[in-house]
Amino acid sequence: MRAPKPTDHFDVVVVGAGPAGSAAAIVAARAGLNVLLIERGEYPGAKNVSGAAFYGSAMLNKLIPGWWEQAPVERYICRRDVILISPTTAVSLDFRSASPDYAAPPYNAFTILRPKFDRWFAAQAEAAGAFLLTSTVVDGVIKERGKVVGVKVRRDDGEIRADLVIACDGANSFLAQQAGLQRRLETHELSLGVKEVLGLEEAAIRERFNLSGNEGMVLEYVGAITDKARGGAFLYTNRNSLSLGVIAQVSSLVETGKRPYELLELFKAHPAVAPLLRGAKLREYSAHLIPESGWEMMPKLVASGMLVAGDAAGFCLATGLYIEGINYAMQSGMAAGEAAIEAHRVRDFTRHTLERYTELLWPYNVFTDFRAYRHAPHFVNGERLQNLYPEMAAASFERLFRVDGNAKQKILPLYLKAMRQSGAKPRHLIADLLQAARSYLW
Amino acid sequence: MVMTTHEEKMRTVRFKVAEEPHIVLDPEKCRTCAAKACVCVCPANLFVPLDDGSVLFNYEQCFECGTCFLVCSKEGALRWTYPPGGFGVTFRES
Repeated sequence: MRAPKPTDHFDVVVVGAGPAGSAAAIVAARAGLNVLLIERGEYPGAKNVSGAAFYGSAMLNKLIPGWWEQAPVERYICRRDVILISPTTAVSLDFRSASPDYAAPPYNAFTILRPKFDRWFAAQAEAAGAFLLTSTVVDGVIKERGKVVGVKVRRDDGEIRADLVIACDGANSFLAQQAGLQRRLETHELSLGVKEVLGLEEAAIRERFNLSGNEGMVLEYVGAITDKARGGAFLYTNRNSLSLGVIAQVSSLVETGKRPYELLELFKAHPAVAPLLRGAKLREYSAHLIPESGWEMMPKLVASGMLVAGDAAGFCLATGLYIEGINYAMQSGMAAGEAAIEAHRVRDFTRHTLERYTELLWPYNVFTDFRAYRHAPHFVNGERLQNLYPEMAAASFERLFRVDGNAKQKILPLYLKAMRQSGAKPRHLIADLLQAARSYLW
Repeated sequence: MVMTTHEEKMRTVRFKVAEEPHIVLDPEKCRTCAAKACVCVCPANLFVPLDDGSVLFNYEQCFECGTCFLVCSKEGALRWTYPPGGFGVTFRES
């Protein structure tokens, strides 16, 4: 296979070799299309940060059967904890399953490290016949007569022409903005994640998190863990390291003036977290923006000669219950690849034909899920849900389990008292319960 | 060690530093900005407010996350591009 020259004309140029871009490239290249996959990092994954829990195993298994046997995965996830936090107390819901849906192929989810995983996934696109061009920045799209006809790159003669450009250029999608598909985003629509990978021996991880073999666990925290900033924290087990981080809505960082890396230390020092980290050693610090507003912030996804997928399209489902992005990146990438094949077959890359992509996002379960949970992102970032209720829950359990010589109270008066003390108003509680029901129940 | 200072965190990150800064501030516009939200949100703590009211930016250790661009409320005060291909932050584990 000869190396691509920038002067070549491609059927498809994919910008960004993350999960969306590589998935699009695999699908299009397998159908025989001439695909160029462009990555600005030294290697795919060099610029990418996730938690990272990957919940799309069954879906990826359809694209690459038995993918986990060849890919760099860390642990398969069979334990999941959701933990409500006050400064002194933690109340958790612990889920563990040995059911084959979780503990046998194709597994439900894996922890992964993006620089390793993305590199492997982009190599699958190359194996399918796509050209991978790394260390190359795309500065913009080339438009002629209202149609996108290629991209401007910061190397050689600077132009690469293609019938179709698939923008998978991440949370700050300058391509989508340039093409007029995305507006300028607001600070409440994105969250900043700061993360550390801490090295810890396998044996210690198994013992501390109560795991056998290659079992893995994710822990998700909400409440005082982010101080007054709105967000949460996570702790994931890798093979011989832990990934942990704090996620905070950017607008709330601005309002509170909290430094993101100080929130990280606050989390690590919490009495419910610190013992899990004992003796672990910092291997890498990182940060990334997360598009968390889902349905509300979704750009137009189609222009003549162009599609938008992955984080660039805001496909990160952050509902409190789910924090998933890699799977939706892949699903949207696959849908974009399929739309490219159909457009190529009829030799028509106008917007009208490419709208097939938005139709495909329903059977690929991207639109279905984002639409179903469209009220949730706003709800979980509400002030009371973020700070008041987790603290109230922690305080009432503290009271419930305390034996101090006073007469025991039954649960209802105890909770009413905790509610009064925390300043929660019954009408707010009722309104929030209705909101919660609308966000999650039906 | 588990608890680390910001400096210790930054020492674990690999950067391939480009010759030219990819983010450029307009000192005049920054001087008239009361908010200076860039200073507190940057996860790499690269924005330093100066006595004359302007802001100094150290591009060498930038994560290219885009948070400063998102919060900058002064039109045109912050020019944001990516570093040249292959340069800038290079994560190995995250």
